[in-house]
Amino acid sequence: MSHLSEEQLILHYYSEEGDSATRSDSATRSDSATRSDALAAERHLEECEECRSLYGSLQRVLNVVDSLPVPQRGAEYGAQVWKRIEDRLPRRRRILGMPRALPAPWRWAAASAAFGMLLVGAFLAGRFYPPARKPVEMAGVLSSHSNSGSDSQTGERILLVAVGDYLERSQMVLIELANANPKGSLDISSEQERAADLVSESRLYRQTAAHTGNTAVASVLDELDRVLMEISHAPSQISPEELEKLRQRLEAEGILFKIRVLGSNVRNQEEPASGNAPATARQKL
Amino acid sequence: MTGNEQDAEDVVQESFLRAYRQLGKFDERASFGTWLYRIATNCSLDLVRSRKRRSENLAPADPEMEDPVLALPSGDPTPERHALSGEIRERVAEAMNELSATERTAFVLRHFEGMCIEDVSRVLECQPGAAKHSVFRAVQKLRRALEPLVSTAR
Repeated sequence: MSHLSEEQLILHYYSEEGDSATRSDSATRSDSATRSDALAAERHLEECEECRSLYGSLQRVLNVVDSLPVPQRGAEYGAQVWKRIEDRLPRRRRILGMPRALPAPWRWAAASAAFGMLLVGAFLAGRFYPPARKPVEMAGVLSSHSNSGSDSQTGERILLVAVGDYLERSQMVLIELANANPKGSLDISSEQERAADLVSESRLYRQTAAHTGNTAVASVLDELDRVLMEISHAPSQISPEELEKLRQRLEAEGILFKIRVLGSNVRNQEEPASGNAPATARQKL
Repeated sequence: MTGNEQDAEDVVQESFLRAYRQLGKFDERASFGTWLYRIATNCSLDLVRSRKRRSENLAPADPEMEDPVLALPSGDPTPERHALSGEIRERVAEAMNELSATERTAFVLRHFEGMCIEDVSRVLECQPGAAKHSVFRAVQKLRRALEPLVSTAR
């Protein structure tokens, strides 16, 4: 075998013999050919002093570059970045005219009340409109069946509040799982229970969002639904490896980021919606 | 890629802001991570180019941080090793600065981020062959610039 070129040595260092780029040059190369290239390079390095010396020099240089300091970031870094950029996004709005400083339990109560009203509204709509209308369209009735503009805006407002709250709770479940660091298997039965509740709750929101043409909301809710469904149907004890797989999936799909973005968008839409339908809508609520 | 921590922080923030604004354009066929890396890479390249226009130099790495030369086998007395490490750090920063923006990006993604060449090419939006050659050129330049110094440190 002739000497290895510098490029071959670099590929060997990164274990990329015959991989990626080379594959594009010759798409027919198989994995076994790749492994055989790596073994051939390894054997050649054992036998050839000159190539070994060149490879040693390459390793030393790259090790020095590699040992340059890289500032480490803790687990809370993501939240810090979000906090910093959140101020540069459109400002958060008040929920149904309530101050942001309202204690969390009140916000929860308000959101629960809004959801309750969504159900009551849907129930009443079902009572007053022909029975041929399917229950799944109840939420859509809120925003589109009413001829009055203010009723439609009320429906949209309720949807936004309910979806915002739903996203926050979904995010909490996902973050708890993503940040769990168990030594052995982890009992996720409580998260599963919450995920199952969220899945059953999301159907109405998705249908309402689809009905009102809010495709961005519907698409993220669909995606979130799949993840929550998977969690709720997983075994209640999961191994660290399975947890890692879930974590990687959340990361690959960017689901947490999308939830944050959608949550922020939903909050931003709340005020225009409530601003356009002030007194009458609130009185009806 | 940016050469200093503060610029890197700015790039992180700018990347997420751009991602936020462009989320609607995200093509579900690609991995979200690769898409985000592409945005971050573009932000870094924008910053490096604008800095170049302003003729700014890369700031040297933080001298308080961990010492790269300690990783090298050496029997030299500690003060000498520290002096040498400072020199190595500067030379590495200089050598990285000598790379073109594309070479540096490809090298950082392959070497520090551990991406395979194919993923690097997706982030750089080029053919895998082009990404591979950018990594080659970067490693070759670094080797030529740093080999004499590394030999001294042994």
